[in-house]
Amino acid sequence: MKADQRCVMTGTHFINGDAACCEGALSAGARFAAGYPITPSTEIVERFAARAPQVGGLFIQMEDELASSIAIQGMVWGGQKSFTVTSGPGYSLMMEHIGLAAISETPCVFVDVQRGGPSTGLPTLPAQGDMMQARFGSHGDYVTIAICPNSPQECYDLTVKCFNLAEKFRVPVMFMMDECVGHMTEKVVIPPAEEIDLYPRRHASKPPGEFQLFEAGEELVPEMAHAGEGYKLYVTGLTHDKRGYPALNPAAQRELVGRLFEKIRRAQDELTMVEAEGLEDADVVVVSYGITSRVAQKAIQAARDKGLKVGKLRLICVWPFPEKLIRELAGKVKALVMPELNMGQVVLELERCAGGQCKVIGVPHPGGTVHKPVEILEAIERGAR
Amino acid sequence: MPKGSVAITTERCKGCGFCVEFCPTHVLELSNAFNAKGYHPPHMLNAEKCSGCNLCGMYCPDFAIFGYKYPDQKAQKGEQGQ
Amino acid sequence: MSTTELHVHNPVEDLLRQDRVPTIWCPGCGIGTTVNSFAHALLGQQINLQKTAIVSGIGCSGRVSGYMNLDSFHTTHGRAIPFATGLKLANPELTVIVYSGDGDLTSIGGNHLIHAARRNMDIMVVCVNNMIYAMTGGQAAATTPGASNSTTTPYGAFEPELNMAQLVDAAGACFVARWTAFHVMQLERTMAKALKKKGFRFIEILSPCPTYYQRKNNMGDALAAMVDYKKRSKIKNGCPTWETALEPGGEIVVGEFVDREREDYLTRMRRQLGSHYSEFPPQPEEQESEGCEKEC
Repeated sequence: MKADQRCVMTGTHFINGDAACCEGALSAGARFAAGYPITPSTEIVERFAARAPQVGGLFIQMEDELASSIAIQGMVWGGQKSFTVTSGPGYSLMMEHIGLAAISETPCVFVDVQRGGPSTGLPTLPAQGDMMQARFGSHGDYVTIAICPNSPQECYDLTVKCFNLAEKFRVPVMFMMDECVGHMTEKVVIPPAEEIDLYPRRHASKPPGEFQLFEAGEELVPEMAHAGEGYKLYVTGLTHDKRGYPALNPAAQRELVGRLFEKIRRAQDELTMVEAEGLEDADVVVVSYGITSRVAQKAIQAARDKGLKVGKLRLICVWPFPEKLIRELAGKVKALVMPELNMGQVVLELERCAGGQCKVIGVPHPGGTVHKPVEILEAIERGAR
Repeated sequence: MPKGSVAITTERCKGCGFCVEFCPTHVLELSNAFNAKGYHPPHMLNAEKCSGCNLCGMYCPDFAIFGYKYPDQKAQKGEQGQ
Repeated sequence: MSTTELHVHNPVEDLLRQDRVPTIWCPGCGIGTTVNSFAHALLGQQINLQKTAIVSGIGCSGRVSGYMNLDSFHTTHGRAIPFATGLKLANPELTVIVYSGDGDLTSIGGNHLIHAARRNMDIMVVCVNNMIYAMTGGQAAATTPGASNSTTTPYGAFEPELNMAQLVDAAGACFVARWTAFHVMQLERTMAKALKKKGFRFIEILSPCPTYYQRKNNMGDALAAMVDYKKRSKIKNGCPTWETALEPGGEIVVGEFVDREREDYLTRMRRQLGSHYSEFPPQPEEQESEGCEKEC
């Protein structure tokens, strides 16, 4: 289905990443949101609070992030598309309900505009320190999808993508922005609604009585119905059977958690979203994501000017990690270099997937600012040796 | 001629005794019999006194008992005091 | 079974998920008793059950949602109210009821309780107060009467209990009542009244927990607790909520304490937004669309 023109602000805009994210959500059909103010994400909900009533939606400022992150799930089961927005400290509070969204297969989007941590850390300065939390933050075993933009334009485009992935796979999708991307102002082109594809909700195709809320077909993603449609839904955070009834036994756990993993695992190829350049003859490949990829670009150019064969691989979808691609790449190059605005998080996964086939050089940074290109350049030179 | 009666699903009963205690006309008592879970479900001791008021049903936490009025007695529905 | 022989039918059964009964509740637990009053209130008020959703948190009372044959949501600990808030906002046609316990709603979920009352969110909250954390094995709750024993207060609790009626009244609830599991008929009437009211409605029900609260405090079995409620309760409709504190062993003030008119959240939002709010009927093609042709 196509986007609804009434929600889409078609045109060329000069806006920041936060504003672009808000417009992306509206284009994707999210007219409801809940949130709690936190720097540097607040501009998203400020704009949404002004825009939503114009399209029959609303923004509710909840009492905390715990409330926000579950209110959006109430909105989804009430028949709407919804999302919440936060930064590090609030993201920590939301972990509980990322788990709930995972087990109840509630399609929703969590936007985290990352700032320096731990704790209150650096409220107004960038970091990428929540990447492992986006993958493993909530207790128990589950998978999510995490997407990283590196420009305001991508903040728009990929927000739409996040909602589509949430609906397609019925998972909570993490939109991992950072302070730089959020506050960076650039040209953003919003296309006409008829050029925006939306993945429609997988709504129950069977009538009440025949429909089982957690019965999944071949794609392993069940259909859903909403409250008030006569389906007498039973949604629980407990391990449940196909009817949604609690089933507190190892067999039910194996079936449910197994399916939650498998529905994402089998979509690995589709979820391998990267921007690649110059990989064919590269000796060293710089693997990066988010704002760091823009600094890496400068370092790559400097290295090429010095005659080094350097490729670029930007991860747009960080989780699930593009395991197959990295494994193949590691067999062909001397080194993989990964700069990131944390003390080494996604590089651990890179190292695992490289499996010792090449050198893996992390370029850690505690955040607060971005890397200096020379720091990345030095790592490239070490890798090429 | 009693005005009503009770229906008991003995297997749901957990023997709390609420129905026995709060029956306004003292119709019920816990029986000596066991159900499958080992509880003593109630039975009617004074069936003729039953008004079918369903206060037992309102108290039963396990949806195991239900009072009903005989059809011809419906007009006599009165205030059920506590 | 006599039920089928005589062709009589307990109307409460229609509101239960038959394949989920018997319940997990202990013998003499009062939660099931409160469900009878709730079911009768729903049926008596001819509420559209297709448009009724019940939301619970975690705990013994949190299991109520799963036994009701309605749209049931069993959420996380303490967060039933914000979930219900989202549900109501997304579909204002729904009658949304939160049914949960004292620990869930007033302790871990205390902040949500206050703010839903302040917003006058149009939901009905039923709080079964058994004065203890029962699901986890009898630990002290914010509602455990001072000096009571529990598994985490073996020398008695060192803190006084919370008066939730006063709390939600102060926060702005438009309807506040308290009954005990003994007052089944009054409770049904109060629930029926609350179901028809708009805004944040709060009903507290004292309920026996023979397995933990009664046993830990040598208070006898569930029946003894019910008889005790009967003896100690005093009906005071309209009583100022600051005079309704539950003193250990003292009078149990019950009744409908607060019943006032206050604009609820959505009504106020629509009024204040005025022309800034645009109705949003679905596009015709939205209803027919069968899927995404392209890979999204």
